[in-house]
Amino acid sequence: MDDLLNEFIAETREMLEALSGGIVAWEGAPDDRAGLDEIFRFVHTVKGNSGFFDLPRIKALSHAAEDALAAVREGKRRPDAALVTAVLAVIDRISELTEQLEAGEDPGSGDDTSLIEALAEQAPGAEPRAAASGSLPAPRTASRTIRLPIELLDRMMSGVSDLVLARNELARQLRETSAAADVTACFERVSGSIADLRDAVTRTRMQRIDSLFAPLPRMVRDLAAETGKEVVLSIDGGDVELDREMIEMLRDPLTHIIRNAVDHGIERPEGRKAAGKKAGGALTVCARQAGNQILIEIRDDGRGIDAEKLVAKAVSSGIMRADRAARLGAAEQAALIFEPGLSTAPEVTSLSGRGVGMDVVRANIERVGGLIDVASAPGAGTTLTLRVPLTLTIIPALTVGAAGQAFAIPRSAIDEIVRARSDAVRLEQVGGAAIATIRGRRTPVLFLRLLIGAAAPDAMADQNLIVLKLAGGRIYALAVDEVHDHEELVVKPASPAIMTAGLYAGTTLADNGRPLLLLDPSALAGRAMLAFDEDKEDSAAEASAGSDSAPALKALVFRALDGTRQMVPLGAVERIEEAAAKQIARTAGRLRVTLGDRILPLEGCAAIPEKPRIRLLRLTDGQSEIAYALDEVLDIASIDSPIRPAPAAGPIAGVALVGGEQVELVDIHWLFAAHCAPAGAAAKPACLLAGSDPFLDTILRPVLEGAGYRVLREGEPGAEAADTIIRLAEEDGPGPAPASTAHVVRIRAQPEPAGEGDDSIHRYDREAILKALAAPRPKRRRN
Amino acid sequence: MAALLLIVRLAGERVAFPAADVEAVVEIDYVVPAPGAPAHVAGLAALRSRVLTVIDCPAALGLASGETPRRDAVVAVVDGHPYALLVEAVEDVIEAESEPVPLPMRTAPLWRRAAKGMVPAEGELLLLVDVAALIAGQVSEAA
Repeated sequence: MDDLLNEFIAETREMLEALSGGIVAWEGAPDDRAGLDEIFRFVHTVKGNSGFFDLPRIKALSHAAEDALAAVREGKRRPDAALVTAVLAVIDRISELTEQLEAGEDPGSGDDTSLIEALAEQAPGAEPRAAASGSLPAPRTASRTIRLPIELLDRMMSGVSDLVLARNELARQLRETSAAADVTACFERVSGSIADLRDAVTRTRMQRIDSLFAPLPRMVRDLAAETGKEVVLSIDGGDVELDREMIEMLRDPLTHIIRNAVDHGIERPEGRKAAGKKAGGALTVCARQAGNQILIEIRDDGRGIDAEKLVAKAVSSGIMRADRAARLGAAEQAALIFEPGLSTAPEVTSLSGRGVGMDVVRANIERVGGLIDVASAPGAGTTLTLRVPLTLTIIPALTVGAAGQAFAIPRSAIDEIVRARSDAVRLEQVGGAAIATIRGRRTPVLFLRLLIGAAAPDAMADQNLIVLKLAGGRIYALAVDEVHDHEELVVKPASPAIMTAGLYAGTTLADNGRPLLLLDPSALAGRAMLAFDEDKEDSAAEASAGSDSAPALKALVFRALDGTRQMVPLGAVERIEEAAAKQIARTAGRLRVTLGDRILPLEGCAAIPEKPRIRLLRLTDGQSEIAYALDEVLDIASIDSPIRPAPAAGPIAGVALVGGEQVELVDIHWLFAAHCAPAGAAAKPACLLAGSDPFLDTILRPVLEGAGYRVLREGEPGAEAADTIIRLAEEDGPGPAPASTAHVVRIRAQPEPAGEGDDSIHRYDREAILKALAAPRPKRRRN
Repeated sequence: MAALLLIVRLAGERVAFPAADVEAVVEIDYVVPAPGAPAHVAGLAALRSRVLTVIDCPAALGLASGETPRRDAVVAVVDGHPYALLVEAVEDVIEAESEPVPLPMRTAPLWRRAAKGMVPAEGELLLLVDVAALIAGQVSEAA
């Protein structure tokens, strides 16, 4: 729609420009038929076009002018000076409205009636009313777009890259020579402008992904016709912008994926009907931006990937040993389509099977710093998800160090970064291979030092583990000496001599102007011949447990504060946090913990823990949250053994065997029912607002209620018993708060405290007020 | 007009690169190693915003790479990739007296694949060296 509107604006503008000469001529000689026709054609076209859009003003104006001019053309009316003036005024108004449209303003309101009335035939001698609107039209602004050759943009980009490097070099030298402050300030300004310039130039290279999607409808139509299928293509997200070069790099992979979807994915109409689907297969291509990545999803509702056939083929062609293949999970089976030499197409058709497989697609996507994932449900369809960085040339990367040399890793491949010495990580050598167990997930470990031919690290515990995610969800950890920095790097392809190393994806220049090698995570894995056996074993166990019955419950196993082993369903865990014991208080009859500006009910402990800091699980049912105290997270496990229910309903639902040990299953349902059931008013901590300032009721009350307090005013039932009182410091007078049995928080209107002894809080410091309210009660006997 | 030749000292000999193949002559002051790359690839160097692949020419010829810091390099672009070829010294640019001619006999194994022919210049016969062959490496036959 926007495109059409822009076209309308551009066309109208062009016609106006072409018309300007004609208007002048017609004004001079109103009887000139050619000039009249030209203007008539203009208003006629504008009237027709504006009908497509919701542009009532332009439509009404052009319609009125058309009527008047039509009467002149038919000889029913004389083109007198009044009419000429009125028509020109209308044309000027249309021009103004078009400009407003172009500037993105809404020309919806405004009164054109005087102009339209002026077009009507006047009684002889009457003053032309259009003159009333006779302010000169604002000079038209020139069109704001120009065409540029791409080479020029490329030259600009490389010029800007040089500039950035020169700036970095200069920055380094300035630091070394400790230049005068004004020189540094001046340099900062230059540096800022260069950064802006680089952003702007980068943007000039962006193109709407539409240009990638535009050929798809035709292609799908032709493919469908060729294969005797019916395919309904829907495209979404065409306005996402992507580096022009990146769009070119994606063209072939996307074409290939679409071909595959139509050729192998979507069934023939009769087959679809037999399977209870619509005759026409649905193929959806959508793009969206997620952070500095673009996600492109290609989804069909066809037959899905025949995982069994794929696995059988992988085994028969020697890509995988049978015992390993048998342990693959569903996702890993589907990901086999990315292995070279595997295809489940029953026959080579004219469309696919020309020796270009999904392995090439994957290689192409990875070459531009992207990732490809596949998900498939038999009979229900296949979804391929491409994740690519916004630009081809600038890749967000992490720089790491090993044996004194720096390398870059594309951030898109990084899952997480952990220190080997961290509590959550166990690093072990098993038969010469290193295995890391990170929060219960086992991953193979590659040492970057060994990959680059350096000596093994002296101390394993000093290594940092970069957890890398490959296509198909395969994961491994790369151990490096140091993690330096996040940098946006301008990546260029490496020369063949460098690529033969089989470790690198490209070269780049670091901020210090030195060359930097960009590591290729999947090539590293391939070079180390990672079997992924260990990883697969785990996930395959989960998957197979899930395939025969209901999906196995995944649970987080932990040691509770009382030492028992407990677990909660993983899905209910929002996150794991740490809290200081002083954030925990017994308020309104139960333990609560303050996390940020929220108060959550605390479970898992009977009293305020003695340890200074404790770990908490934040559990959620989607709406409310509960905190659950624990001692230590042990593992993530699938519960495949039966759960023996507890004799009575309570916080523990039952017990199950996990890894040969009895583990109590926390009854999430019971917990949420106990805490969040129709909020028994009494369950909320009560807070009394004492004082008469309207601020209390109009401004403070909603804040407190939002934070989970029951707000009371003096005289209301329960007000006497409220254990928290908010008072106004101004009403109390200066000095410390009057003694009270309740917890008193005093707020003041002035931002600055009145004096030394003033313990009040500024009334707009929401965080401090909520923190003070939730703070543990001062021991009352102290008063 | 006859072709221009860039005269460099390489493996102890004065040899000629076709000047048309050469983009620039630079001094390389810092080389970042590229672990895993072939032995004749010394690493990477930066030239303005470009990353050059640095070729250790003696190593490419199968000689042990010299110990003295070689800083003179010849920049050449092959298949769109810029390379810096480290040589012992860059001496001069001179005009060839005639077209290069094939070598009349087998050269020492060292030069067998890197040599394109010989070319007379300034009253001397010079070995004409193939830049691309040096970049590809392993140019000397195991003798």
